[in-house]
Amino acid sequence: MLTRRQRLLGTQDRNLWFWVFVGPFFLGLLVFVYVPILWSIWLSFFTARNTVTPTEFVGLGNYADMLSDPAFRSSMLTFVVFAAFIVPTTFALSLGLALLVHRARWFQPFFRSVFFLPTACSYVVATLVWKMSIFSGVRFGLANTVLAWFGVAPTPWLSVTQPPWYWLVIVTVRLWLQVGFYMILFLAALQRISPTLYEAAAIDGAVGWKVLRYITVPQLAATSSAVLLLLLVNAFQAFDEFYNLLSSTGQYPPYARPPLVYLYYTALGSGQDFGHGSAGAVILTLVIAVVAVGQGRLMRFGRED
Amino acid sequence: MAIQRRPVDKVGSGARYVVLVLGAVLFLVPFYLLLRNGLSTEADITSPDWTLFPSSLQWGNIAELFDSRSVPMARSLANSAVIAVTQTVLVLAVSGMAGYGLARIPYRWSNVVLYATVATLLIPAAVTFVPSFVLVSTLGWVSSLRGLIVPGLFQAFATFLFRQYFLGFPQELEDAARIDGLGYLGTFWRVVVPNSLGFVAAIGTITFIGSWNAFLWPLVIGQDQSSWTVQIALSTFLTQQTSNLHQLFIAAVISILPLLVMFLFLQRWIVQGVERSGINE
Repeated sequence: MLTRRQRLLGTQDRNLWFWVFVGPFFLGLLVFVYVPILWSIWLSFFTARNTVTPTEFVGLGNYADMLSDPAFRSSMLTFVVFAAFIVPTTFALSLGLALLVHRARWFQPFFRSVFFLPTACSYVVATLVWKMSIFSGVRFGLANTVLAWFGVAPTPWLSVTQPPWYWLVIVTVRLWLQVGFYMILFLAALQRISPTLYEAAAIDGAVGWKVLRYITVPQLAATSSAVLLLLLVNAFQAFDEFYNLLSSTGQYPPYARPPLVYLYYTALGSGQDFGHGSAGAVILTLVIAVVAVGQGRLMRFGRED
Repeated sequence: MAIQRRPVDKVGSGARYVVLVLGAVLFLVPFYLLLRNGLSTEADITSPDWTLFPSSLQWGNIAELFDSRSVPMARSLANSAVIAVTQTVLVLAVSGMAGYGLARIPYRWSNVVLYATVATLLIPAAVTFVPSFVLVSTLGWVSSLRGLIVPGLFQAFATFLFRQYFLGFPQELEDAARIDGLGYLGTFWRVVVPNSLGFVAAIGTITFIGSWNAFLWPLVIGQDQSSWTVQIALSTFLTQQTSNLHQLFIAAVISILPLLVMFLFLQRWIVQGVERSGINE
C-alpha cells in the first residue's frame, strides 16, 4: 500500500519534480493568459465603462453592437485589403530572394545578411524613415524628389485618400521589415532539398523552369503553407505601422483602421469601454483561431495525398 | 557525369547578380537615411534641394539629444535594456525548465499541461491586450516595470520549442549523469543546459529582439513618461511633433545600435532562432 505522501510525490518524487520544472511556467500561463481571457469573456456580457467589475448584464448585446458597428466592419475590411496586398507580395518577394540568394555562388552570406538585417529594426524606427524621409509628403521627401526628376508633381502620400496612396506606404514598410525573416525560412527549406533530386531531374533532362516547377516548388509545400499562415495571422495583428504612420497629436484619421487599431481606441481611448472592447477581442480571437485551425486542416489534407 | 554549363546560364547568373545588388542597395537605403538625417543639421533634412550627403556631419546631435528635456532618451533606453535583458533571461529559465519537464519527467497530467500550453498558441498575444490590460490595471501595475515585464514571461511557444528540442536531446548523456548521482535539477543545469547552448542562444536572441522592439504592450502599459521604453519615446516624438527631426533620427539610430551589434556577432544564432520559430512542426 502506498502512503498518501508517496502517491502525491510519485515514483522517485517525479510528481514533485515535474511541478518544480513546469510549475512556474504553468502558474504564469494560468494567471497571465487564461485568467485575462476568461475575465474578458465574462466582461463581454456586461456594460463596463471605466470599470472591470461591472454589474449590468447585457447578454450578447455587446456582440450585436460590435457586429453592427460600421467602424468595426470597416476595420475587418481594412484587414482584408491589407492582407490582399501584403500576403502575396511578401510571399513572392521572400521566395524570389531566397531562390536568388540560394543560387548565388559568390557573396552569399553578404546578400543573406543584407536582406535579413531589417529584422533588427523596429516598426517605429522603420515608420520614422518612411514617414519623415522616404514618403514625406513635402517636396524634399525621397520619393517626391525622385518623381520630380521625371516631372511628376509632389504627392502627399499619407494624407490623400483619393487615390489611397497611404496603402503604398503601409505595405512597403512592412514588406521591408519582414521579407528577410521569411526569406530565411525559405532558404532553410531550400537547403533541406536533397541534391539527388536535382541530379535525377538533370539526368531526365529537366532544366530551368521545369526544375523549379517539378522539384523546388513541391518540396517547399510545407514551408509555403506555414509561411502563408504566419503572414495572415501577422497581418491580422497589424498595429505598429498603422498607428505610427497615421496618428498625429492623438488623432487617428477615420480611414485605414485595422482591427487592433479600432480595438485600441475603443477599449483604451477616452471611453475605456471594456465591455465592447472585450467583445471585440473575443470576436477577433475566434476569427484567428478559425483561420489557423482551418489552414492547419488544409495543410494536413494536402499532405495526405 | 558533369553537366555542361550552357552560355544561357552565364547570362542568367549575371542577371541574378544585377538583381541581387539592386535589391541589396534598396534594402540598405533606409539605414543610410537614418544615419544621414541623424547626423545632419535640421536645414539639411528639410532643405528643398535634398542631397545624398549632408553638407556637414553633426556629431554634436548625440550630445544635444541626451541634453534635451523634451525626450527622456537616457531613461527610456535604460528601461528598454532592463526589460529586454530581464525578459530574455527569465523566459529562457521559465520556458527552458518547463520544456524539459514536459519532455523528460513522466507524470500523469503531463499531456494535459502540454495541451493547455499548445491551445494558447492559437490565440495571438496581440489580440488579448484588452483583457491583459484589465488584469494588469487591477493589479495596479500600469506604468511600472513589473507590468511591462511579468505578463510577457510565460511564452507558450518558447516552452513548446524547448520541449521539442529536449525530446531530441541524447538520452545517454542524461543517463550517465543520473548514474553519477545527479537528480533532475543537477542533470538539467549541469549536463543538459551546457550541451544546449546553441539552442538557448537561438531562442534568447529572438526573444531579446522581440522584447526590445515590442510596441503595443509598452504603449498600453507605459502611460507615464518614467515607464516609457525607447520605442514609446520615439513613437511619441514621431506622432506628437515634427520639429527637431535631426534629434528624432539620431535617437532612432541609437535605438537600433544594440540590435545591429547583436546581428554583427550573433547572426548565426538569430538565423537559427528564426528557422525554429517559423516552422510549425
